[in-house]
Amino acid sequence: MKVRAQFAFVFNLDKCIGCHTCSVTCKNVWTNRKGVEYAWFNNVESKPGIGYPKQWENQDKWRGGWTLVDGKLELKSGGRMSKLANIFANPDLPQIDDYYEPFTYNYARLQNAPLSEAAPTARPMSQIDGSPMEKIHWGPNWEDDLAGEYEKRSKDKNLDNIQKEMYGQFENTFHMYLPRICNHCLNPACVAACPSGSIYKREEDGIVLVDQDKCRGWRMCVSSCPYKKVFYNWESGKAEKCIGCYPRVESGMPTVCSESCVGRIRYNGIMLYDADKIEALASTKNEQDLYDAQCNIFLDPHDPQVIAAARREGINEDWIIAAQKSPIYKMAIEWKIAFPMHPEFRTLPMVWYVPPLSPVQSQLDQKTLPTGPDGVIPLAESLRLPVQYLANLLTAGKKEPIIKALNRMIAMRSYQRSVHVDGKADTRALEVAGITEDMAKEMYRYLAIANYEDRFVIPTGHEEVRLEDFYGHQGQNGFTFGNDSSHGVSKITLFPRRRKDTVEPRELADHADER
Amino acid sequence: MNLHNFIFGAYPYIALTIFIFGSWLRFDREQYTWKSDSSQLLSKANMRVASNLFHIGIIAIFFGHAVGLLTPHGVFLALGVSDMAHQMVAIVAGSVFGTLCIIGGAMLWFRRMFNPRISATSRGTDKFILTWLLVTLTLGLSTIPVSMGHAEHNDPSVMIALADWVQSIVYLHPNPALLANVDGIFKTHLFFGMTVFLLFPFTRLVHIWSAPIGYLARSYQIVRTKRALAR
Repeated sequence: MKVRAQFAFVFNLDKCIGCHTCSVTCKNVWTNRKGVEYAWFNNVESKPGIGYPKQWENQDKWRGGWTLVDGKLELKSGGRMSKLANIFANPDLPQIDDYYEPFTYNYARLQNAPLSEAAPTARPMSQIDGSPMEKIHWGPNWEDDLAGEYEKRSKDKNLDNIQKEMYGQFENTFHMYLPRICNHCLNPACVAACPSGSIYKREEDGIVLVDQDKCRGWRMCVSSCPYKKVFYNWESGKAEKCIGCYPRVESGMPTVCSESCVGRIRYNGIMLYDADKIEALASTKNEQDLYDAQCNIFLDPHDPQVIAAARREGINEDWIIAAQKSPIYKMAIEWKIAFPMHPEFRTLPMVWYVPPLSPVQSQLDQKTLPTGPDGVIPLAESLRLPVQYLANLLTAGKKEPIIKALNRMIAMRSYQRSVHVDGKADTRALEVAGITEDMAKEMYRYLAIANYEDRFVIPTGHEEVRLEDFYGHQGQNGFTFGNDSSHGVSKITLFPRRRKDTVEPRELADHADER
Repeated sequence: MNLHNFIFGAYPYIALTIFIFGSWLRFDREQYTWKSDSSQLLSKANMRVASNLFHIGIIAIFFGHAVGLLTPHGVFLALGVSDMAHQMVAIVAGSVFGTLCIIGGAMLWFRRMFNPRISATSRGTDKFILTWLLVTLTLGLSTIPVSMGHAEHNDPSVMIALADWVQSIVYLHPNPALLANVDGIFKTHLFFGMTVFLLFPFTRLVHIWSAPIGYLARSYQIVRTKRALAR
């Protein structure tokens, strides 16, 4: 057993209102720059839809992620030889138009136009070459709130094995939001595909980063990430991706997207997992077993053996405590209501999703829905969103875990309804869904109330035990004066790097109390 | 020191020194600028053909030059490769890969100059170095008819003089006199070729140093730790 800690997320889709605050705050902090105008480390898609970039889920087209070749895990786009053979022109690379051509408007025209009869207009112009654009054909979130024809939206890969014609009819329409960031996978395909070895997973928290100094712009990561969450900065010629807001996380703060989420749908926390099992579990033969396989990689943070093993690996005490209080562990493992997105890509993603219940108020009022034991809350299978669609998104098509999760969420509502409306606890739905009253209360607290300190359980980083000269590196996080914090440092240099290490003594005082 | 002696006696060392120290300095201080600078994201059309032809051609040409010019004359003879056979291989391989390279290179050049996106996002050095390479390549291809003329007269002396001159540079005994009787087209090609090395550290060409051969032997996953691994 090799215990590692992973900074992980849960997004509660049941409460996502599609306001894009996460996208906008992320954009303002990280990608409001030339070369990455088109890149959204965080974006929110309207589903069903083909998404951003177009058809990203269709790996027959993009060949991202992993596949099994004779039972062995291999990059779907081909192994090392094929990466080098295709290095001069990557056949699987999206063109920027697959995302969208970044545009701005000629705002200056509004002020400097000569006096005229008609009001001047600010025409759109390309942010790549500055040429005027006749018409904007695609943009970020072009399909917002089911915009566009159903014919086009229904190219969504998740509708492949669904009789999709009926969902194009107005009365059967369904809709959900899907916020997406980098999944900081346990078995990242981008890392594996990088010929120069510039992408890496951080040992201490599992955040996946691109070493900007070491990246050579071979662009294999862009195509190999099945979520298309590594972007090529066309100005700098380097790959860039969501950095998990690591400078914030190291200080115990949530990511920008999580903190700014007005719906309080985002949870940040620590998961302990067994790094020795990654390859075996990612090689699980049947795609539909991958969700269960990934659940098996996580370690119970309350298990004394796990705690001892974690300490041996140098995981700090406060990280173990954080793992025990992790909202991710509760939702993914204890309650089984959160799921990894597209486990069939075999990257073991670490952003998990609570599936949405869909509003059915008018049908409820007309009493046309089959309901559960309380006679009020409808059954999961009768909801507007086809369970198969959610299963295609979250469990490689296996419906049972999704139905179970939806029923648990419905049962929690039914129970809370009985407490708050009838004034008398009705536990019939809970019994059917297989959860206890305490669990329902806790689920309510985490899902409905979603207090800040329940959503974000983030231990601070421990640079002092990792860096040799920790005083010397103080205050340099995110800055690379002389490549100090990137570790992409060449050992031989023409110039002296530091005068000398810091003078303060580095032996830390003993802990006041033994825990 | 006349111009001939300068260009074929001193200039190679100037170019090589700038090539090596310039590369080292840039790698050391400006790694963020060290990249292939691909523009495939902005325009994918025909890149499969153009870029592959250009790169395969130029790599083959580079190694062809390296082996053909740096191998001592005695070694070829000991291996049973006659001078005329050597020259014929050089002519055929040079024509084939030179043609592949120039087709790809011309496609890339038109794309770089006239594709609005690529042209607008190119740096000055991008356009300049591609043009320079293509001129060098064209000059190299123009030496082929001259070489064929020599081959018809069973005269390998020019080829041998060129190789001996390159080796005289490598052995630090520069002997520009070896090139005294070499046709002008070869000398022009040599000048342009040497200048590529001189320009190298200031352009996107530095990505050649980083050809990721090590990837073939690397494990897929990379985890970076900040603590010393010895425990």
